[in-house]
Amino acid sequence: MSRQISRLSLAVLLLFGALFVNLNVIALIQADDLANHPANRRLIIREYGIERGPLVVGEQAIARSDPTGGELEYQRTYPEGELYAHLTGYYSIVLQRAALEQQLNEELTGQPTEILAQNLGQLLGRQDRPGNAVELTIDPAVQAAARDALDGREGAVVALDPTSGAVLASYSNPTYDPNPLSSHSPSEVNEAWLPLRDDEDRPLVDRAISETYAPGSTFKVVTAAAALEAGVSPTTPFPDEVEYDVPLTTANIGNFGGGPCLDGDEIDLSDAMRVSCNTVFARLGNELGDESLREQAERFGFNDEVPYELDVAVSAFPGDLDEPATAQSAIGQRDVRATPMQMAMVAATIANGGELRRPYVVDAIRDPDGQVIRGPEDGRWSGPPGDGRPVSPRTADQLREMLEDVVEDGTGTSAQIDGVTVGGKTGTAQTGGGPTVWFLGFADDEIAVAVVLPEAGADATGGGVAAPVARQVMQAATGQSD
Amino acid sequence: MTGGGPRATEARLLAGAVFVTSFAAVLLGWTESPELPPAAIVTGLALAVTAIVAHLTVRFAAPEADPTLLPLAFLLNGLGLVFVRRVDLATGSDLAATQTVWTAVAVGLLCGTLLFVRRIRELARLQYTFGLLTIVLLVLPLVPGLTAGVINGAQLWIDLFGMRFQPGELAKLTMVIFLAAYLERNRALLSVATQRFGPVLLPAARHLAPVLLAVLIALVLMAGLRDLGSALLFFGTFVSLLYVATGRIAYPVVGAAFFAVGAYVVYSLFGHVRVRIHIWLDPWEDVSDTGFQLAQSLFALGTGGLTGTGLGEGRPQDVPFSATDAIFVVIGEELGLLGATAVLLLFLVLVVRGFRISQTARDEFSTLLATGLTTLLAFQTFVIIGGLTRLVPLTGITLPFVSYGGSSLLSNYLIIALLLRVSDESRRSAFGEQPTARRRGSETSSEAAS
Repeated sequence: MSRQISRLSLAVLLLFGALFVNLNVIALIQADDLANHPANRRLIIREYGIERGPLVVGEQAIARSDPTGGELEYQRTYPEGELYAHLTGYYSIVLQRAALEQQLNEELTGQPTEILAQNLGQLLGRQDRPGNAVELTIDPAVQAAARDALDGREGAVVALDPTSGAVLASYSNPTYDPNPLSSHSPSEVNEAWLPLRDDEDRPLVDRAISETYAPGSTFKVVTAAAALEAGVSPTTPFPDEVEYDVPLTTANIGNFGGGPCLDGDEIDLSDAMRVSCNTVFARLGNELGDESLREQAERFGFNDEVPYELDVAVSAFPGDLDEPATAQSAIGQRDVRATPMQMAMVAATIANGGELRRPYVVDAIRDPDGQVIRGPEDGRWSGPPGDGRPVSPRTADQLREMLEDVVEDGTGTSAQIDGVTVGGKTGTAQTGGGPTVWFLGFADDEIAVAVVLPEAGADATGGGVAAPVARQVMQAATGQSD
Repeated sequence: MTGGGPRATEARLLAGAVFVTSFAAVLLGWTESPELPPAAIVTGLALAVTAIVAHLTVRFAAPEADPTLLPLAFLLNGLGLVFVRRVDLATGSDLAATQTVWTAVAVGLLCGTLLFVRRIRELARLQYTFGLLTIVLLVLPLVPGLTAGVINGAQLWIDLFGMRFQPGELAKLTMVIFLAAYLERNRALLSVATQRFGPVLLPAARHLAPVLLAVLIALVLMAGLRDLGSALLFFGTFVSLLYVATGRIAYPVVGAAFFAVGAYVVYSLFGHVRVRIHIWLDPWEDVSDTGFQLAQSLFALGTGGLTGTGLGEGRPQDVPFSATDAIFVVIGEELGLLGATAVLLLFLVLVVRGFRISQTARDEFSTLLATGLTTLLAFQTFVIIGGLTRLVPLTGITLPFVSYGGSSLLSNYLIIALLLRVSDESRRSAFGEQPTARRRGSETSSEAAS
């Protein structure tokens, strides 16, 4: 029987060998996948055991971690949830993270996520160390003014400090409450999440940066910039026509409300801007050519990824346009698309003497001891050639004067603020449904703003609907009251 | 191992086992509080006292027995106590105290067995008693008044004197005793192949009957009691013994074939078996429900990685049955691949010693008995660790000595007692009854030659 026993023990040895090999496969090769598997609660428990740093606006935490005493030690709360939802995002066991909670995750937890996953044991020493505080550039008064001015209507407001690029406000309506989404109860999360996801008004979408709209007449600022850079002056006269006869097509371009822009004789570029004269800018577009318009648009950031802490949708000025398309594009119609962030950058460039500062919302990151780990990621920025100057100082000055005329005595009079020099441009883009109304503008060099209301109602205009919103927002920044 | 005979070696190894266990208990205690926790002292002391009692009993009743069995059992048992306590800390249960009591009872049973079973052949004479006992033990959980009902989907427990007991654990043991005796008598008959079946020679049909009976019992266990793990164990042990006794490879081959057919029928007929197979094939399909247990096991092992999270730093509360069936993955998570491999090696050494004892045993009954008991231990270890690591479908059985559970501990210490007895007899018969100084050397050489 000895031989049989030897064989049997060999068989058993093989079985144990298989166990050993299999254990190695699990603990070494599959270890990372298993440790990071979404159904593996260990990671989330460890993650929620860290006191995540707050997101701070002014003196107030707009996202903070409160101790729970439960298995998941900290609960993320958003004291003014809806006002800042698209900036903060949420921090959810079911939905992961969104917006700044996602983009700044490593800073907020105070450690890179990969290390979290890899060796939980090694983290023990650091487990009690809270994450870093992130201070934002948002001005709570401006942010609140944006919400109040939109007053529940669909739309978005982006306000920048033209001289630094700091984002003073970024608000999108409809919004949502990130608190239930950050609940530790999965059923509570789903109860809040499913209606938001299925809502036709898409409250989860940040219209300030992740949606593009036809910019309408606000794009005339870009067209004018291209013209001024090409040697046209504000006083250069153009024929004041009832219709611009677009080459190659019978679909001619007329003016808002019909008729000529002034007396039907001549009109200079400055006046054309002031009254938002379609025929002049359409003609100007074709005179400059689509190449020149695209180049100017790209200098402002079109067709490019805007550097920002959050993902900004790419604003578009399409390529290879024939003359009818170029004429339409020059007045911001057709396939030209822009985010409110992009148009705010155009306004900021003009208010800042032609120099564009890259937008940023993180002012400082402080470790738990209050030491600044890093300051803002700011600086000059522009699309190609990337010299940070979309237009020359001279062009910027000319544009500023033209836009100040718009507000003083043109389509943008409802943006006027006593004691502050305001410049701006209205836009009313004809789209499928109601018009998309815009206003971009600036108050001195304190604030540059872009406002969009995409479904503003049939009779709405940029001057009538968007300009008052911009005024209220700029007022909050300049400290002027009515 | 230098001088002093097998008992001195055993004493040193036992001291080592108790030390390692106590050290681990203290480390675990420190994760709770900086003071030396009383639970750690209790564990260490209890283990030390039982080890001394067991050692002295073996010294008296089986002085020539293998010196490694007891230390291996104590080390695994001690490790089990530490990790049962670990699970207690995580889940707020209080199993470690009970398990400590069971350890004392089990070691008492080991001593009693060594004292009362002075000749292993005495067991062979009672073969039919053991055969009957096996069946009785198996059906006990179905008896009204005794049964503890269906727990975790299986009906395997009885309540006796306020204690929960799993008679099936003992039944495995009595079955092996019965089989060893039965096969010793009929081994010549079963070895004769009288009919050709394709390329394989088979014994006469009537001699195959016991094989078929075993298959039947296994399948009834599987389907009726919903105890897949035990079914596999019974069958595997039986077929292995049959092969060892007869030397006919046809038995395991035909047995496996019958088992495969039977298993397929059971698979088709019974939902719970089907679910088990599906989980095995794809545990990720339904991670939150049916695949939960296996997924949690794999998460624990994967999170542990090579070196583990450290004692007290894992999450046994996430793993179902962490104190019983799944205790191995708790060890794997906190001590890592290194710790898990160490446990595996302890079992391997135990099994290798077991097979060595069976090969040097004095008579055929002893050989078959030792082989059967060792195979039982080996298969049980393989089935549960393999199940937890998705090598084979996961079935609920205990990891010998380590898992929480009184019945399991009792039957495993009984296995050790019987192996000790067999090895003591073989060495005594090889070198006479007189203990001499010369014996140690010649024993070593005979072992090397075997």
